[in-house]
Amino acid sequence: MAEQLKQILVDGAWRQNTGLVVLLGLCPLLAVTNTLINGLALGLATMLTLMVSNLSVSALRGLLRPEIRIPAFVLIIASVVTVIELLMHAYFFDLFRILGIFIPLIVTNCAIIGRAEAFASRHGPLASLMDGFATGLGFCITLVLLGALRELTGHGTLLAGAEMLLGEWGSYLTLTIIPEHPGFLLAMLPPGAFFGLALLIAARNAWQTDEARRPARPVSNLNGDNLIGDNRET
Amino acid sequence: MNSTTHAVIRSGLLLGLIALLGTALLTGVNALTHDRIAEQEKRRVLQQLNAILPAASYNNNLLEDVVEITDEALFQHPAPVTVYRARMDDQPVAVLMAVTAPDGYNGDIRLLAGFDNSGRVLGVRVVSHRETPGLGDPIEIEKSDWILSFMNKSLLNPQAGGWAVKRDGGEFDQFTGATISPRAVVKAVHNALVYFDANRQSLFESDAKRPNRDNG
Repeated sequence: MAEQLKQILVDGAWRQNTGLVVLLGLCPLLAVTNTLINGLALGLATMLTLMVSNLSVSALRGLLRPEIRIPAFVLIIASVVTVIELLMHAYFFDLFRILGIFIPLIVTNCAIIGRAEAFASRHGPLASLMDGFATGLGFCITLVLLGALRELTGHGTLLAGAEMLLGEWGSYLTLTIIPEHPGFLLAMLPPGAFFGLALLIAARNAWQTDEARRPARPVSNLNGDNLIGDNRET
Repeated sequence: MNSTTHAVIRSGLLLGLIALLGTALLTGVNALTHDRIAEQEKRRVLQQLNAILPAASYNNNLLEDVVEITDEALFQHPAPVTVYRARMDDQPVAVLMAVTAPDGYNGDIRLLAGFDNSGRVLGVRVVSHRETPGLGDPIEIEKSDWILSFMNKSLLNPQAGGWAVKRDGGEFDQFTGATISPRAVVKAVHNALVYFDANRQSLFESDAKRPNRDNG
């Protein structure tokens, strides 16, 4: 069981990363990642939605007949997202104003209905919850990386606006990496999001190809030596 | 009843049940968060108003002492203008007008402009806009001090011709590469000031839009 959960985590967060491999949910991904904190906030909201919707779909999967499963998924996801929207509006007001329309639009993130259909409707609640967490984590990491990249090149800062997510003390977290940064408009505007995402996808692909070129780890180890680790030299 | 109808009815009921559960959940969460959301919205408006008019300078309930005016010919915008009236012990102190500049580079620029009782500008802030980042957005106080150049101006200072950006022969700076955004803001503030100057008396005396204790 633990092994299976670990597998789900690796699949969702890395091997089948929503933003970098499956390329789903690109509209919010590109639109809100002008700063790290914006990306993080939408990432967390999406992650929460994925976990709750996966859990509910999985719990109801015995009842759901194939012909009504899609409308049922839509109802579940829409309810979950609206609850999150109301809670954010009440408790993270400033952030809600910035993310604005992209919170309700989580409903249309096809990654969520995709996971409900492809995974949660066929697996138990625990595995589905893990899958929601892993997929959400992968999406969130992508948003944070892209946000950090754009904020750094666009403004020369990192974590600007952290107080909107964390309260007053968050304003001390803002790091000015490049002082007197004149502002790089391209990184802040939508085209910058496409360039940034392209770079991230390229970096991930390069990493993957590099990994694939290494000789496979021997299945059985006759000498009993610990060969775990980098064995390119052998 | 044959088995197909049976299945259809079952599916329909099930879907209805899920919709009912979702609605119940949303009703509950809405009831829990409704008051807090309304309070947050109010706090935000008050914050914006107090950025222009210090909270110590009035003692009425600014958010309730409100009138809405419509003057499409002057403001060139069909939306009513909300006017917040500040009073100290029932004496008029200032008004804050939520005007919209219709002619920004990318549509409406929503502004909040404060004038004291003598017609002097207390301050102007941009509430929302869609101007080009990096070009038109220095109208925001977070981006530049430009919006502060309205402070202490009035209808006669500068004279009518001066209420324009420098390129149009006026007194206000434009930005490098962006004239349209500051031009729209200057025009909207001037229009609000013209309206206030012409209607000062009636603005303060008309009844508040909402029932209100200090101004029955």
